[in-house]
Amino acid sequence: MGNGEVLLRVENLKKYFPLRAGVFKKVVGWIRAVDGVSFEVFSGETLGIVGESGCGKSTLGMTILRLLEPTEGRIFFAGQDITRLPPAKLRPIRKDMQMIFQDPFSSLNPRMTIQAILEEGLRVHRVVPRDAMQKEVEMLLERVGLSRDYVRRFPHEFSGGQRQRISIARAIALRPRLVIADEALSSLDVSVRAQVLNLLQELKREYSLTYLFISHDLAVVRQISHRILVMYLGKVVELAPKEAFFARPLHPYSVALISAVPIPDPGVRKVRIILSGDVPSPLHPPSGCRFHTRCPRAQEICAMTEPPLLEVEPGHFVACHFPGSLTLEGTSG
Amino acid sequence: MKEPVLLEVRNLKVYFRNDEGLELRAVDGVSFTVPPGKTVALVGESGCGKSVTALAILRLVEANGRIAGGEVLFEGKNLLALSEREMQRVRGKEIAIIFQEPSAALNPVYTVGEQIVEAILLHQSVSREKARALAEEMLHLVGIPEPRKRLNEYPHELSGGMKQRAMIAMALSCRPKLLIADEPTTSLDVTIQAQILELLRELQRQIGMAILLITHDLGIVADMADEVVVMYAGKVVERGTKYDIFKRCRHPYTLGLLRSVPRLDVDENALASIPGFVPDPLHFPEGCRFRGRCFLEDETCATEPPEVALGDGHVVYCHHAALSEVCHGER
Ligand SMILES: Nc1ncnc2c1ncn2[C@@H]1O[C@H](COP(=O)(O)OP(=O)(O)OP(=O)(O)O)[C@@H](O)[C@H]1O
Ligand SMILES: Nc1ncnc2c1ncn2[C@@H]1O[C@H](COP(=O)(O)OP(=O)(O)OP(=O)(O)O)[C@@H](O)[C@H]1O
Ligand code: SF4
Ligand SMILES: [Mg+2]
Ligand SMILES: [Mg+2]
Repeated sequence: MGNGEVLLRVENLKKYFPLRAGVFKKVVGWIRAVDGVSFEVFSGETLGIVGESGCGKSTLGMTILRLLEPTEGRIFFAGQDITRLPPAKLRPIRKDMQMIFQDPFSSLNPRMTIQAILEEGLRVHRVVPRDAMQKEVEMLLERVGLSRDYVRRFPHEFSGGQRQRISIARAIALRPRLVIADEALSSLDVSVRAQVLNLLQELKREYSLTYLFISHDLAVVRQISHRILVMYLGKVVELAPKEAFFARPLHPYSVALISAVPIPDPGVRKVRIILSGDVPSPLHPPSGCRFHTRCPRAQEICAMTEPPLLEVEPGHFVACHFPGSLTLEGTSG
Repeated sequence: MKEPVLLEVRNLKVYFRNDEGLELRAVDGVSFTVPPGKTVALVGESGCGKSVTALAILRLVEANGRIAGGEVLFEGKNLLALSEREMQRVRGKEIAIIFQEPSAALNPVYTVGEQIVEAILLHQSVSREKARALAEEMLHLVGIPEPRKRLNEYPHELSGGMKQRAMIAMALSCRPKLLIADEPTTSLDVTIQAQILELLRELQRQIGMAILLITHDLGIVADMADEVVVMYAGKVVERGTKYDIFKRCRHPYTLGLLRSVPRLDVDENALASIPGFVPDPLHFPEGCRFRGRCFLEDETCATEPPEVALGDGHVVYCHHAALSEVCHGER
């Protein structure tokens, strides 16, 4: 894993979005997208972040990078508190923290060629001298498996997966220390994905990168991560080393998540734990344990008190009153 | 084999022109059929022409491209010969599409509700109130909590997966005969993905909707598809039932594809991947386009590969289809 040095620390981070209504756009409520999240990431580590759609993963990533202003809590990067740093002081740090955005279509400027898109950051942060720019851009493209002939083309001329690789090239161009990859491989077919995954691992070794790897693809997360963090409705419900997590997930939501992964073999059938009940809303999160409305193991206490995130085994944290009560047994094979 | 056919794509060609005026043959002679009520999966490496094929079926090709040949027969009529007005009646109502990137489909200046309501009003004679109720119902069906509130939100206020589901809701609201779904669940976690796939199956049972499913997730293919079409570099390389493809595939590319899938139920360390990269449409090799990356290639591959029929609709385009059979035991 890493060398034990903490690169990123997040303390009780919250991000609420106002919900407005009526002609005067009065604030009528708050969407609690990220609601008190704490964790650390070690230098050189890959932390996989998984969780239901809408549980706050992208918001968490963007808040850490200060692309969204945190509502509460603190963010430390390389030992420095960056929570309230003014933009001028933030700029040099931005180079060290890059994000690969979930939607490559809207994050690439449609009026810029690939050359211009990749050069932009290189120029602003003076990563390479002017005369080396062209070569650098071509090298970047080749690393993500795109032909150097593409430099003069515009984003709309690419397929979904190609655009995603352009976003990856842009993020690694600045040789950052931390990369937050938000569904960075989701539009790639399996063979290209395997190549890009291998590339991300290579870059990590070369530049000792640290990744926050947001993905709903558990097989990929398992491939790349050292530890796994599971979010549910704005909160961390489980955090564990990869091996422990996949061998014995302790939170009922994690178990349901793993059991729902389809297996690429039409001959294999498995029992899925289908969660009943509607997905609750971050506007009105359920009382007590936020998962209690859908949890197959919920008891009375679950609706009353919120379970704290506790270390139940070395390095294995879980927020549940009955950790380990739901198991994967009988759900595979 | 005389199956009823809902959609037949025959020798479809879509060419683009780049800045230098060079022609890119992104889709080059693609043929396949979709029977009514069935699911056909279209798979293949990134950039091989899946989305362009899907868009061309609805004649939604970008300005620098053109449909250079072929036919798209929907219920027997050639869509490529319809007037633009007639085509508009087909889009959304008869054939709906879920685009690969939600931001390409959702207009940022209108609320999600307005957009779904408009889509419904365009094709169904219902009142605005009815359409709104229907839109809310659809959002509920795709698993979006508090759908009434979400109707009033703008696309940027939704998470990636919610945008994707809003688009699915819009596509399904008119109960199309054919749904073209281009990577419909890439932004969804597995539990919601399972719910969406179940919803699609349910609609298939209820209204006999057929699905052309583009996905790189072979788990979903194994789960959903009846038939599979494998594309490589703008061409179909293999076609057959789901079992033909997963259990008896013959094209070296299909074999490579199946081997590079990471699986949760099988432990492995390094992923196998096909050597080399997908060629750019400007530099497709002569003859078989998989040349340069194939473990079976020899001199004969420099010529166009033959169509090899293996029975019951299982077709492969390869000079060495007979050889590749022996490679199956390896996994
Ligand atoms: N407007 C365009 N101009 C030029 N080339 C284009 C245009 N649109 C697509 N292409 C090219 O056509 C090829 C096929 O693209 P398409 O989007 O169909 O790929 P795809 O199979 O859907 O890939 P992915 O899995 O990455 O989405 C790609 O090489 C792409 O670069
Ligand atoms: N700019 C915004 N304004 C208002 N609400 C927002 C905004 N961005 C996100 N939200 C809300 O915050 C919640 C969390 O969204 P977020 O995008 O972080 O989810 P996510 O975990 O990344 O989901 P997905 O897997 O679907 O991408 C959602 O309820 C979303 O609607
Ligand atoms: S605390 Fe209760 S409701 Fe929450 S996950 Fe654990 S058992 Fe289920
Ligand atoms: Mg997201
Ligand atoms: Mg595509």
